[in-house]
Amino acid sequence: MSLLTALRETVAGFKSLLTGMRITAREAAKPSITVQYPHDTLKMADRFRGHVKLVLDPVTGKSRCTSCNLCVRACPSDCLTVEGIKREGEKKKSVSEYTLDFTTCSLCGSCVEACPSDAIEYSKDYNVVSLDRAEFARMDLLKKLEAEAKVWAEKNPELAAAAAAAAAAQAAAATAKAPAAATTASAPGAGAAPVATTPAPTPAVAPVPAAGVTETRTT
Amino acid sequence: MNFLQTEPIRILLYLVGICAFVGANAAYLVLAERKGAGRIQRRPGPNEAGFGGLLQPLADGIKLLAKQVMVPPGTDALLFRAAPLLVMAPPLMCLAMIPFSDSITARSLNVGLLFVFSFGSINVMALMLGGWASRNKFAIISSARVVSQNVAYEIPMLLVVITLLMVTGTMDLNEIIQQQGGGFWKWNLFKVWVNPLMPVTFVIFFICMLAETNRAPFDMAEAESELVAGAFTEYGGMGFGVFFMAEYANIVVGCSLATVLFLGGWQSPIGVLSGGLWGAGWFLLKLYALIFTVIWIRWTFPRTQFYSLLNLSWKILIPISLFTLLLTGAMMKLPVVYNHFF
Repeated sequence: MSLLTALRETVAGFKSLLTGMRITAREAAKPSITVQYPHDTLKMADRFRGHVKLVLDPVTGKSRCTSCNLCVRACPSDCLTVEGIKREGEKKKSVSEYTLDFTTCSLCGSCVEACPSDAIEYSKDYNVVSLDRAEFARMDLLKKLEAEAKVWAEKNPELAAAAAAAAAAQAAAATAKAPAAATTASAPGAGAAPVATTPAPTPAVAPVPAAGVTETRTT
Repeated sequence: MNFLQTEPIRILLYLVGICAFVGANAAYLVLAERKGAGRIQRRPGPNEAGFGGLLQPLADGIKLLAKQVMVPPGTDALLFRAAPLLVMAPPLMCLAMIPFSDSITARSLNVGLLFVFSFGSINVMALMLGGWASRNKFAIISSARVVSQNVAYEIPMLLVVITLLMVTGTMDLNEIIQQQGGGFWKWNLFKVWVNPLMPVTFVIFFICMLAETNRAPFDMAEAESELVAGAFTEYGGMGFGVFFMAEYANIVVGCSLATVLFLGGWQSPIGVLSGGLWGAGWFLLKLYALIFTVIWIRWTFPRTQFYSLLNLSWKILIPISLFTLLLTGAMMKLPVVYNHFF
């Protein structure tokens, strides 16, 4: 009887080997699931928290940041530096410098929560690497945004064109008032032209000096 | 054609042809192995060098060639250097006997089968010498394992071959193939009227072939996770490369032999288109199907433990092969059954 048992076990064992081979054959027929990393990358999850970045506004093709500095105040590790500039023909201030000290940032996200104009968000950038410490100590987010805007403009030429047209219209509206302003305001390039001297503007456009730029720096 | 038959030209053709065949096989079977492993594990395998990784063997070869050949201090320098040569020589010799087609054989001997088996056992000796000469505990453990494993598996393999010899009545490989002509049901694998256990015999032969060539799941000689790299621990560069190539050359020899003995060699499975180059095509098709199975097995099963490996041989394979031997003998002596078919 033990001979029969041994035979039965041998047959059962051989059958289990065939089952194993069937499983590997089935796996081999399925498609490969490797992501060819340097060539392809996985799309990061929506809630992934990379370093903060400036949002590209698809209407204007620029940042929405008004340099209100709320993010700077919200930051517990004091790692944001924001400077704004008042550009001609625009109602609000716009950002002229936005640097992040990523060496001290703890990715708490208080800045993203504090922002009233949804101008910052977490980037999906996870492979940040550099041989230079300065690239992290002074991460120029505005420069990154400009690079992103260039790519965006190439990908969405009609949106970019619309944004450029809107900007041009605004500039034209500003220059249209220029002759009127020129009578009262100082010459272009003189700088620091008093805003109060410009004639009453149309409600849509902010009061601007003629061709000059009034810089109101906030730190 | 007469010019090709002259002896010096024949030797030259054999040397160049077999070396090229073994070299190309070793290089591209490594790639096939890695690709196969990749497929089974659902990854693409090497795919950066060349189109789809086709230049990977070249890159590996250049890397191995560029490495320094180290002879560690305290080793037996002569044996240490001789072992890779000794391990490569037997498969090259064996391939001289293998008939690739009815007209393509380097050397046809009437004891071809005996020749292949006698040279096949030298392979073990070479591995043992390599391990011994290395002056490394892992290498010596591995050598001891290789020898006991090969002794254990030589027995059922030879019993199976004797069974087959009783059926064929000749040791000439070409003649053995000629007896199997006329369709796949004439192959020795399916000759169940001679011995109803013929498929089992083939499985035993195949298992023993895996063990003799030290292939997974019987790769006790290498056993990376236990013995660093087994007998090859101290070898680097092309010394290791030759051991590696010899492993694949041995697989080619073993699978060729299985093809010749059981699968009809260069005979067509459907009875037509079996001469000349067609024969070579059929032979290579069967050969690579078997090699593919060897790769498939390697990436399916984990390495066995050493005592279960010996148990498999002594408690299962040897009794079954002895039984098939007796059964075949009995059936051949029973004239009622035998004369009905022959």
